[in-house]
Amino acid sequence: MIWNWEFAAEALPILLRGFVNTLIATVVGTIIATVLGLILAVAIRGLPRWINWIVRLLVAFVRNTPLVVQLIFVYYIFAGIPGLVDVPALVIGFIVIGIHYSTYMSESYRAGIDSVPPGQFEAATALSLPPVRTFTAVVLPQALRATIPSLGNYAVAMFKDTPFLFAISVVELVTSAQQFGAAKFAYTEAFTLAGIIFLVASYPTSLLIQRLDRRLATY
Amino acid sequence: MPLTEKTPATPATAGTPAIEFKDVEKSFGPTTVLKDLNFTVAPGERVTLIGPSGSGKTTILRLVMTLEDLTDGYIFVDGEPLTFEERDGKRVEMPKKRTREMTTRIGMVFQQFNLFPNMTVLENIIEAPVHVLGKSKAEASTEAKELLERVGLSEKADAHPTRLSGGQQQRVAIARALAMSPEILLLDEVTSALDPELVGDVLGVLRDIAETTDITMLLVTHEMQFARDVSHRVMMFDGGQVLEEGPPDQIFNNPSHERTKSFLSSVL
Amino acid sequence: MTENLTTLLNFLPQLWEGVRVTIILTVVGSLGAVIIALALGLAMTSTHAWLRVPARIIVEFFRGTSLLVQLFWLFYVFPLLGVELDPMICGIGALALNYGAYSAEVVRSSITTVDKGQWEAAIALSLSPSRRMIRVIFPQAWALMIPSLATLLIQLLKGTAVVSFITLQDLTDKITQLRQSTNDTYFAFTVGLIIYFVIAWLIQEFMNFLERRATAALGRRRPNSRTDRREARRLARADAVRKDRSTSRAAADDGGGDGLGTGPESGPASGQGGRL
Repeated sequence: MIWNWEFAAEALPILLRGFVNTLIATVVGTIIATVLGLILAVAIRGLPRWINWIVRLLVAFVRNTPLVVQLIFVYYIFAGIPGLVDVPALVIGFIVIGIHYSTYMSESYRAGIDSVPPGQFEAATALSLPPVRTFTAVVLPQALRATIPSLGNYAVAMFKDTPFLFAISVVELVTSAQQFGAAKFAYTEAFTLAGIIFLVASYPTSLLIQRLDRRLATY
Repeated sequence: MPLTEKTPATPATAGTPAIEFKDVEKSFGPTTVLKDLNFTVAPGERVTLIGPSGSGKTTILRLVMTLEDLTDGYIFVDGEPLTFEERDGKRVEMPKKRTREMTTRIGMVFQQFNLFPNMTVLENIIEAPVHVLGKSKAEASTEAKELLERVGLSEKADAHPTRLSGGQQQRVAIARALAMSPEILLLDEVTSALDPELVGDVLGVLRDIAETTDITMLLVTHEMQFARDVSHRVMMFDGGQVLEEGPPDQIFNNPSHERTKSFLSSVL
Repeated sequence: MTENLTTLLNFLPQLWEGVRVTIILTVVGSLGAVIIALALGLAMTSTHAWLRVPARIIVEFFRGTSLLVQLFWLFYVFPLLGVELDPMICGIGALALNYGAYSAEVVRSSITTVDKGQWEAAIALSLSPSRRMIRVIFPQAWALMIPSLATLLIQLLKGTAVVSFITLQDLTDKITQLRQSTNDTYFAFTVGLIIYFVIAWLIQEFMNFLERRATAALGRRRPNSRTDRREARRLARADAVRKDRSTSRAAADDGGGDGLGTGPESGPASGQGGRL
């Protein structure tokens, strides 16, 4: 038998400590992504055409290039700027992961806003609501309703992407598993447990989002 | 319930019926749509099913086409069991392959046409003759072109279904069903999805088939004049039961049931 | 800057090596993912529980555990089980399994999205189950699944960067090498990210091409293409005209028979009444 329960018992608290960092990165990353995503989706509408175009190119660029490379890139940038040398890798991690996912979430917001029937804009205009009020009181609430499940799915995807922080040596779940495995030569126990923790955390969340999706789909 | 036990008045009552429902029951979850249903359709007979929505008429067609599972009872086609048979006093499901052999004798035309959008008109028509009946492509194509001419669409053989009007699509669907040379043709509200001005063409094609072939037809329709013209018998359904049946003249002019009267006055 | 360019020029053969590794991982990984997706996705639409349930479990398992966990499992744990795998195989395997599981869900949902009437028409024509799937359902589902598959393939490309963690010298690894030789973080990473971006763009273009072909086979154009929008506008106009005409006509003959062979009784009946 290659499975050693002693190693497993020893690994578990270490992995859970790593998991705390995973959760921090996910939660803070999600907050950054939801806020920045909304800004990207909304602000873009009012900007002159050429700035709009540049922002969209940048969004496409961040979205279509690897998160791992972006992490390493920003890590080195911070390391090269004297005042920023001491910024913890975890902070760099959740900033980059948050920005990366904001490019996805801005698309969700945009689709949500586009899904609001034109009649709603027309009705608001007919009531002579000012544009800002139309947007915040009429369009946005309806758009968010359509967007929330999609944002949830991206949060789960982000959670599963946090192991990429391995690239900048943040000791999250998988990194701690790798370190424990290397020290004790107990990879089987470490990575299996890491996988189980991921599964146990992400699967119920996905189911929850699915149910939310169905609930929100019926007005 | 004394009304279900009736024999068809026309045309031939002797011999093996083309379709026989025996003690048929159909439920969707807790809702029973058909209960203890018994009737037969003679070969060559054209029967129209009428009744309010939810009375189970479309379900009958779908059961014959094996699109729905039978909850209880038996359906026979040409005297042979379709999906279930009784063996040693037990109700046993027929092998899927056998059921599929049986369904080659049955054709169906749907309300929504259901042409395959990934195939041209001609490919739609020859698909089953070639791959189910094993005809050669050339033979099937020749027959398909004859059928297209019959439904007035010979110039559309290479068109994609999505480029055709609803009435044209439905005529292709009729040709596709006929290409299998079915003994039984099921017509499920075939004109309900069409713009009013396109209904006439489709009904014209069906009239022609009714007059020139002896295909057994079971149809659900809201076109009462058409039903009166082509069918030998009309069956009025209500609550999963045959409320009354008879020749079209009798049912339309002289219905014996209050419910039939009120139904007819609501649709005519 | 010129120094950087000279270094880059000298570095080109090495950089190409990295690009090659990344492309091989992407292409072979994608092929593996598509095969896995088709097998699992089809199994998940099966009416047999003994096919559906295991497929669902496998999909949820590989979606739920992270890509990196799967990669490290193949790389670190398999040798302990006595199976020594080449790092390249580990990379391709992990990418194919992880993204294959995600794609399987796309395949499944596309197949179930195909109009029910298509299944029914295929049954009515007595087509065999395999023929039904191959000739009727799948070609239509395929057109539906391409956009989502395109997104997943680009994610797979981005995912290939993790193989640099298991000693493979892919594009990501070469970028960090280029950074060391130029000592210019911005330069090295900009070059690297642009290369990734271009590959992603090529994948997108290829998938767009596939989608155009698939929708053309259905006699349609891509949803919301420019020609589509133009046609929709024209149809809307024609519709408005027709409605005008029919209301005026209806007003003119006031419900009388219009000679369509449906007879006076049936005039207003068509299209009314319920279905089951």
